Amino acid sequence: MEEQYAIKVDNITKKFKIYYDKGKTLKEKVLFSKRRNYEERIVLDGISFKVKKGEAIGLIGHNGCGKSTTLKMLSRIMYPDSGSIEMNGRVSSLIELGAGFHPDMSGKENIYINASIFGLTKKEIDKRLKDIIEFSELEEFIDNPVRTYSSGMYMRLAFSVAINVDADILLIDEILAVGDANFQAKCFNRLREIKATGVTIILVTHDTDTVERFCDEAIWINEGKIIKAGRSDKVTDAYLNFMNDKKIEVLEREEQRKIDEKENKKNEKIESTSADADNDHDISQNSDDNKPEEIDYSANRFGLKYIEITKAEIINSKGQVTNVLKADENIKFIIYYKVNKPLKEYNFGIGFYNLDGVCIYGNNTQIDRIQVANIEDTGSIIFEVSELPLLSGRYILNVAVVDIDGTPMDFYRNYCTFDVVSKDRSQGCVSIRHKWITGN
Amino acid sequence: MIKKFKEIYAYREMIFSLVKRDLKGRYKGSILGFLWTFINPLLQLAVYTMVFSTIMRSGIEDYYLFLFVALIPWIFFSTSVAGGAGCIWSQQEMVKKIYFPREVLPISFVTSQFVNMLLCFIVIFLVLIVSGKGLNPAAILCLPIIMIVEYILALGIALIVSAVTVYIRDLEYILGIITMAWQFLSPVMYSIEQVPEQLHGIFNLNPMSHVIVAYRDILYYGKIPEIQTLLNATILGVVLLILGGLVFNSLQKHFAEEL
Repeated sequence: MEEQYAIKVDNITKKFKIYYDKGKTLKEKVLFSKRRNYEERIVLDGISFKVKKGEAIGLIGHNGCGKSTTLKMLSRIMYPDSGSIEMNGRVSSLIELGAGFHPDMSGKENIYINASIFGLTKKEIDKRLKDIIEFSELEEFIDNPVRTYSSGMYMRLAFSVAINVDADILLIDEILAVGDANFQAKCFNRLREIKATGVTIILVTHDTDTVERFCDEAIWINEGKIIKAGRSDKVTDAYLNFMNDKKIEVLEREEQRKIDEKENKKNEKIESTSADADNDHDISQNSDDNKPEEIDYSANRFGLKYIEITKAEIINSKGQVTNVLKADENIKFIIYYKVNKPLKEYNFGIGFYNLDGVCIYGNNTQIDRIQVANIEDTGSIIFEVSELPLLSGRYILNVAVVDIDGTPMDFYRNYCTFDVVSKDRSQGCVSIRHKWITGN
Repeated sequence: MIKKFKEIYAYREMIFSLVKRDLKGRYKGSILGFLWTFINPLLQLAVYTMVFSTIMRSGIEDYYLFLFVALIPWIFFSTSVAGGAGCIWSQQEMVKKIYFPREVLPISFVTSQFVNMLLCFIVIFLVLIVSGKGLNPAAILCLPIIMIVEYILALGIALIVSAVTVYIRDLEYILGIITMAWQFLSPVMYSIEQVPEQLHGIFNLNPMSHVIVAYRDILYYGKIPEIQTLLNATILGVVLLILGGLVFNSLQKHFAEEL
């Protein structure tokens, strides 16, 4: 291997047998050996990469993409079916914290057990003991049995041991999410120190922020293949875009399911109430006639109903009705109406709220000085945006039509919710075009 | 091969810690604690003495001693085999998540049983002296040899059964019966002279026969065991250890997936 590389992974593959009904006992193994009731799932499908000495690499990907399996191969917990892995130097893996801890033994004794599992000799542990205890901030408790520790203390002790193990190559799997924020920051600082001494670090996580902050390069694995490798910010961006698209898919599916359910319910209701539907109808009509002029402003929907909103729809750039929007696409909000008693002029409005009920944006035809008069008895009005500068999250849509003096005709709060998926990772609700200028 | 030895040597502290953890943790929480290590064999001895010197009289003089000096080594062996089978299975969280030479687990399990046996030998020595049987210093010098041979033997088998148990869980339970049968097929409760002549060939193949005979020669008869006995036991032990190492090595690659 060329000297400059710490890790060289060449075209490794791995298949897992997923048993539907695993024959674990001897009887099952013998009797059903012919019945192959498992499927082979390819977890890794030809992964190759090289890591230079002293580099920090992040492996990212969603759950089950094979990133943890890759790490297990690197740490020699598993072996690839084909392909080769070369590691240059002493490997230490922080995959499991607190391995071998015995609850009845003191913190100090457990340091010895745990560190020895990482392959340290007694002498080496003796040398590090002070550092480990100091790092864990558990000086007063170090002689108490570990079972008396809080879970935070337990993790702190475990992490302190792990991070004080010397290695040329350090493999880390999702374990930095331990302890309080302060301790986490401390761990990261320690990792930076370790990195600065020339240790090669492989970090598996789906927290892209961590990768961007800490790693020079990143590798994005999906379905057992490397999709993109290179500078960590570029890879994480590509990964996040991919995940956004995926999120939209999932949300849309969810939405569709809800609609289906609703329709099913509706159908059921209609069937079950069809018998006495006539009676109901009479009553409801009566009540409508009796109090048409009273407005209950606290209701979700209120107004005089001289003009009525029959439906509101959100249309994405592909012309589909949806509740999941990409922030950077052209979107139409369509309000369908029905006029019961014509007015001289109408004022249509639309509003976006966050889930706390705070108005993010509100607009109506009057504000924009659009005159809406002499409209058909039924029709629609469209509010079109070329892009929606909202950040990822769920929002509430309000639609309303009032008369020219502001008397509500049909004011519909919480008409529906919609989800926005944005590439902008800023915080808050609104995406603001910006740049940072540094240097002065 | 040499690389493997080197690696296991590098992990020696892990073996020490696991043995220490096992011995210290075993009686944790009990009032008498570590004393149980000695009380247990003493109580066993008391039971045997009662049963065999009053109820089931056998022709052998001081039968309780005759039995005791063989039973303690036998218990070490059978626990190493039957209990050792589960030693990787029971540590699966560690095996799935951390790299270390997997051999460390059976080695520390057998070693911890071995240390336990050594502690029991304090009781044996005391009893031998108190009962007036005495100790033959020249014979005692041979004791470490036979102990090491038995250790190698137990380790070889523990390596095999612990690795196979990962794939076939039943082995652990079957082994309970197998070790029981094995005990009756080894001269633990009787002497090799009581075995019919035509069966001696089979008994010679049983490595534990030689080991038990050697222990009894040293402790009960107070004589140096025959070279042939020691040699047989050593050869069988070494063969089993090498076989165990090979089997273990080829099976251990898929541990993390099977568990």
